[in-house]
Amino acid sequence: MQKILNKRIILTILVLGLLYGSIQNLIVQGKLNPYYEINLLLIGINIMMAVSLNLINGFTGQFSIGHAGFMAVGAYTSAVLTVKLQQPFPLAILAGSLAAALIGFLIGLPTLRLKGDYLAIATLGFGEIIKVVFVNIEYVGGASGLSGIPHITTWNWVFFLTAFTVVFIKNFINSTHGRACISIREDEIAAETMGINTTKYKVMAFTIGAFFAGAAGALYAHYFYIIQPNTFNFLKSIDYLVMVVLGGMGSITGSVLAATALTIISALLQRFAEIRMVIYALLLIVIMLFRPQGLMGNKEFSLSILERLGRGEKHGSVSSK
Amino acid sequence: MEDLLIFLQQLINGISLGSIYALIALGYTMVYGIIKLINFAHGDIYMVGAYVGFFAITKLNMSFIPALLTSMVLCSILGIIIERMAYKPLRNATRIAALITAIGVSLLLEYGGMLIVTPQPRAFPEVFPQTKISFFEGKVYMTNQQLVIFAVTLILMVLLQFIVYKTKTGKAMRAVSFDKDAALLMGININNTISATFAIGSALAAAAGVLVGIYYTSISPLMGIIPGLKAFVAAVLGGIGIIPGAVVGGFLMGIIEALVSGYGASTWRDAVAFGILILILIIKPSGIFGANIREKV
Repeated sequence: MQKILNKRIILTILVLGLLYGSIQNLIVQGKLNPYYEINLLLIGINIMMAVSLNLINGFTGQFSIGHAGFMAVGAYTSAVLTVKLQQPFPLAILAGSLAAALIGFLIGLPTLRLKGDYLAIATLGFGEIIKVVFVNIEYVGGASGLSGIPHITTWNWVFFLTAFTVVFIKNFINSTHGRACISIREDEIAAETMGINTTKYKVMAFTIGAFFAGAAGALYAHYFYIIQPNTFNFLKSIDYLVMVVLGGMGSITGSVLAATALTIISALLQRFAEIRMVIYALLLIVIMLFRPQGLMGNKEFSLSILERLGRGEKHGSVSSK
Repeated sequence: MEDLLIFLQQLINGISLGSIYALIALGYTMVYGIIKLINFAHGDIYMVGAYVGFFAITKLNMSFIPALLTSMVLCSILGIIIERMAYKPLRNATRIAALITAIGVSLLLEYGGMLIVTPQPRAFPEVFPQTKISFFEGKVYMTNQQLVIFAVTLILMVLLQFIVYKTKTGKAMRAVSFDKDAALLMGININNTISATFAIGSALAAAAGVLVGIYYTSISPLMGIIPGLKAFVAAVLGGIGIIPGAVVGGFLMGIIEALVSGYGASTWRDAVAFGILILILIIKPSGIFGANIREKV
């Protein structure tokens, strides 16, 4: 057991290192043109958003459709720190994430008593309220937004924070707390009967999800120079929802793959915004009709699947190890 | 006295806005009552209704009443198609799956609509010449558009009341929303009843769309999102699944919104609407008219 685990960790680090090294190499040599760089960074930010939303929607079985609101909190808090208060970037990221987590905690505490579709509407409402609050604060530029944000976010920042997000959430899910979250998804009443403090774990998942959304927001703000309340509207939340649903509710690798694929697709369809949204809409409907668990379901893509395929075995369960 | 007159004026504006919310909220509440689905696409059916009305008046030179009826008929067909294609296969799926589908249908109507009619807002033709009926030496007035909105809303609500309580379809609808399985055992055709509910709800939303076109004189493919959400809030406020609740909730929402805008906080009015929603959900999720139902294991 211990040996396999070690091998896996080493392999994961190797793959990540290779990915990081090759792209870093391209950037250093100046072979990556700005268009690709933007999309590469967006992929990272979107992965952070999708994976953190998956913790709430996929693993804990709650249904949040206001995730962009937390992103907005992270973006604005961090931007205020760097622009208005001249604080260093790492501190700004941390503060943005913590602020988003705090808001997530405050929102989660009362609303997570609600179930299913009511919770969805409540989170949607909070997402919109956060947006309206920023529109009405003149200090952060009101409706026209906060501009002049320094361009600090680099590939390094995005890569390491994305990797950290994925690793953290994966480990969280495999921990006692994560198991408690999954049990809530499977059957809330049964989980409660088994002595799990469901409110505590729901709020915990919500807060952690909001924390990483805040970090993603901070990275976003410091890449695009300007943030506006309208950037973080309902449609933005829907973008992340589509990623989670497409990848599979309860599959981290599914979210990573879906975030990557959908970011590339939106980049290709940038000039046809309406067609992009029509495709998203059809994706949502078709997935729900034919494969409601999403492409990956709650399975994870991992190297051991490849190993098994190589040995010609079928239907290997990943979670049994 | 002056304050009272301003208040009265905002009350009139609020009731006309509230009529529109009430008409949309009725569709939400009926659909929720019968299949426990938040029909996210309902706000967009209202948008389609406004566009059908627009084209009926400008391209087919219809007058107000025929345009209203055309819009209602076409939207009820649209409602039935959506129900049959997207929601019916998911009737036994989880509620979240149905909700995601509804979001998908909503986006499809919005952006599919944008591809067809272009994203530019259009000016709704002036069907009724603008005249004002004044009270208190002109300090409080009511436009004839507002009068039309009151009249149409009132007629439709009486009609709905008649359909729900005096016809066989209405009886079937009430039976299905009370207990689907028992209704099936009693020989009620559930599929047709659910389709009828969607048809009626969509027709009411279409009427609201045409009325809003007349009232605000501008329509766009994304016009349905915010009123749709607010009408949903109205339905929750009144107690979702309860028809009189939707009407009261709609009027309350309209009045609150008019008062918030009237007293100089118009940028906050969306936040107020959602704030009300969250308060209601936390304090009394079953709404004003709802009874508290205990959850059974």
